[in-house]
Amino acid sequence: MVDHPTEAGIVLTPEEKRRQRQRNIAIAFALAGLCVIFWIVTIVKGAAILQRPM
Amino acid sequence: MNRSALVSQAEPRDFIALLKPRVMSLVVFTALTGIVIAPGGVHPVLAAISLLCIAVGAGASGALNMWYDADIDALMGRTATRPIPAGRVTPGEALAFGLVLSVLSVLVLGLVANWLAAGLLAFTIFFYAVVYTMWLKRWTPQNIVVGGAAGAFPPMIGWAAVTGSVSLESFVLFLIIFIWTPPHFWALALIKSEDYARAGVPMLPVACGEAETRRQILLYTLLLAPVGMAPWFLGFAGLTYGLVAAVGGLGMIWLAIEIYRRREGAPARKASGRMFAFSILYLFALFAVLLVEQGVLARIL
Repeated sequence: MVDHPTEAGIVLTPEEKRRQRQRNIAIAFALAGLCVIFWIVTIVKGAAILQRPM
Repeated sequence: MNRSALVSQAEPRDFIALLKPRVMSLVVFTALTGIVIAPGGVHPVLAAISLLCIAVGAGASGALNMWYDADIDALMGRTATRPIPAGRVTPGEALAFGLVLSVLSVLVLGLVANWLAAGLLAFTIFFYAVVYTMWLKRWTPQNIVVGGAAGAFPPMIGWAAVTGSVSLESFVLFLIIFIWTPPHFWALALIKSEDYARAGVPMLPVACGEAETRRQILLYTLLLAPVGMAPWFLGFAGLTYGLVAAVGGLGMIWLAIEIYRRREGAPARKASGRMFAFSILYLFALFAVLLVEQGVLARIL
């Protein structure tokens, strides 16, 4: 039988878990916002999205 | 190893603080003015997203600034509670945050508006994070004179986002903020010179003395007042702007003279504090009048 390591590593405190969850939610909102921006720009620009002025 | 180095203690508001929201608000306002008064016009949604990109790019450069300056921020009362010196955000988190937002803001601005505006935004981020923060700030008392260019670019970027070009008008808006920056920050530096001295930052009062700083504030303000009126002289602002710029410019000169005259104790600190506060109001008023007069009213009438 193989012994599994018993060391738990870093265990997050409830406060750290709360902050981690808040960060995750913020990242989710930011990514969703970015998707919405690309969608809106595509709608507004239409075919012009393919024309890239330098 | 310190636990905060292994487990992030940051909340979302700490990352918002990294963006320097108060600086960002000025960037948003001046960039909005550039967008609105630029000839031609652009779809409002694209204008709003362009403005967001400029704001995020400015915020990203603020995060990179806080990443690099965490050591000296910890030594100054005004900045010791910032997320990195306070131990809430690790330097690595701030660096990654700043870099990701920098790249995203430039790319999205390029796709939404044009690549000239995106290039100007990229240059602004580089100028603030590298030229000012890493090079000038700890090296020369002229740090904020040259570094002020970074804060002066947003109206030019806004203009470029709409027109795809830069023009004399956008350069004049740049120049107003560029010449406004030294007296504004030196007024603050006179109050916080002990902080800067402790951190080893060669701000003008620390490196060249308070007397020289007062003289330079007066000289730059004497230059700023006519430059502030340039939009009216050049015909792209109306009489209301001219009057506000004239009165505001005289107010700035009066406060600069007060700083020059009152050199000791509480009256000296009070004069510097008033100059710092009034200079924000002055710049806000110039761009607000320009925004309303040349943007909003010109489109309605």
